[in-house]
Amino acid sequence: MYTQALDIAPKDPDDRASREAENPAYVDEFNARIDAGDFIEPKDWMPEAYRKTLVRQISQHAHSEIVGMLPEGNWITRAPTLKRKAILLAKVQDEGGHGLYLYAACETLGVSRDDLTEALLSGRAKYSSIFNYPTLNWADIGVIGWLVDGAAIMNQIPLCKCSYGPYARAMVRICKEESFHQRQGYDALLQMMKGTKEQREMVQDAVNRWWWPSIMMFGPHDKDSVHVDSMRWGIKRISNDDLRQKFVDATVKQAEVLGVTLPDPALKWNEARGHYDFGAIDWDEFWSVVKGNGQCNVDRLTARRKAWEDGAWVREAAMAFSAKQAARKLAA
Amino acid sequence: MEKKEWPLWEVFIRSRNGLDHKHCGSVHAPDARIALQVARDVYTRRMEGVSIWVVQADHIVASDPDAKPELFDPAEDKIYRHPTFYKLPDEVNHM
Repeated sequence: MYTQALDIAPKDPDDRASREAENPAYVDEFNARIDAGDFIEPKDWMPEAYRKTLVRQISQHAHSEIVGMLPEGNWITRAPTLKRKAILLAKVQDEGGHGLYLYAACETLGVSRDDLTEALLSGRAKYSSIFNYPTLNWADIGVIGWLVDGAAIMNQIPLCKCSYGPYARAMVRICKEESFHQRQGYDALLQMMKGTKEQREMVQDAVNRWWWPSIMMFGPHDKDSVHVDSMRWGIKRISNDDLRQKFVDATVKQAEVLGVTLPDPALKWNEARGHYDFGAIDWDEFWSVVKGNGQCNVDRLTARRKAWEDGAWVREAAMAFSAKQAARKLAA
Repeated sequence: MEKKEWPLWEVFIRSRNGLDHKHCGSVHAPDARIALQVARDVYTRRMEGVSIWVVQADHIVASDPDAKPELFDPAEDKIYRHPTFYKLPDEVNHM
C-alpha cells in the first residue's frame, strides 16, 4: 500500500478564492476544531478546499492500491513455492481491500465510485509512480514488500491521526495489514540470500533498481513541496524530507542484516546530525514517470481499462438478477 | 464511461460475541446477499468478525451535524446525572 506524498494535481486557483468567499465564522470554527485535535466527520461543514484536497489525496491513494495489484499479480502464477504463492495472493488481495476501504472513505466526501473509477481510467487521476516500474524477477516481489511497503508504512502511520475521521480510520486498518506486507517481503529475500550466488545477485539487482524509486515515494523536497494547507489542516503531519530520512535511517541496518548494498555511494552515517546522509535524488526521472513516461504507465492503465470493460457484463447481470428477484418477491 | 454503479451498503461487524456490531465501512453491491459476501471479503480477512450486518446506505437516517447544539447541549448542564456529582463521606465513597 502505497501513498505517495505528492500533490500532483495542478494548483486550482479557485480553491483559495472559494475559501475566502466562505463564511468566516464557519472557517474560524473549523480551524479551531482542527487546532483542538478534533476529527472532522463526513456531514460536518468543511472548507471546499479541504474537501477537494482530501478527495484528491484519498482517491490517488486508492488508485495506487488498485494499480499496485498489477506488478505483484504478475508473479502469482510464477511464485517459487505454494507457500509463497499463498502469501502473495493474500498480499494482493489486501491491496484490493485497501483500495476499497479508501474509495469508501473518499465517497463520504460526496463523490461517487463511478466518478473515481472514471478519473483513473481516463488518465485524469494519478497514482503512485512506483507502480510504473516493472517487476522483472522474483526478488522484485520481496523488495517491493521490504522497501516499497516499508516506505509506504512510514508515510501512512501519521495518516492514522489525520483530521478527517473516515480517512484516519481506514488508515488504521491498512497500517495493521501493511506490516505483514513488509515482513513477508524481507522474509522472502532472507530465504533467497541463503541460496545460490545467482539468487543473491537477483536480490542485489532488484535492490539496485527499487532503492531510488522507493525513496522518491516520499515526494519532492520540503522546499519544493506544496503541502502548506495539508499541514495546516492536519491531513499531513510530518514533512516529506523528515519521513524520507526516517526511512533511510531504518533501512540501512536492514540491508546490512540481509547482506545487500544500497546503491548509493554517498550513503554515510553523519555523527553530527545523528542521521544517515544520502546522495541526490534524480527528480527528472521522478517527474518523467509521473508525467506518463515510465516503463509501465501505458501497460498499467491498459490493464485497468480492460478489467473494467471485461467486467461490465458481470456488473449488469448482477443488477438485472437483483431487480428480477426483488420483483418476484413483490409479486409473491 | 457509462455510470451505473451498484448501490452503497454500510457494513457493521461484531468482532466477537458479547460485543456490539460496530460500523466499519461500506461496500457497493447489487443486493443484500452479495453485499454480505463482499463485506466478508473486504472487512474480515483476518478473523475480525463473527457476524456482519449490511444496510443500504440510503436507508440510514442520520442526525444533522448542524443540529448538534440543540440535540446534545441540553445534557451538558445536567451533571447531577453522573455518579461523580455526589460527594459522599470517605468511608462510603466507594459505594
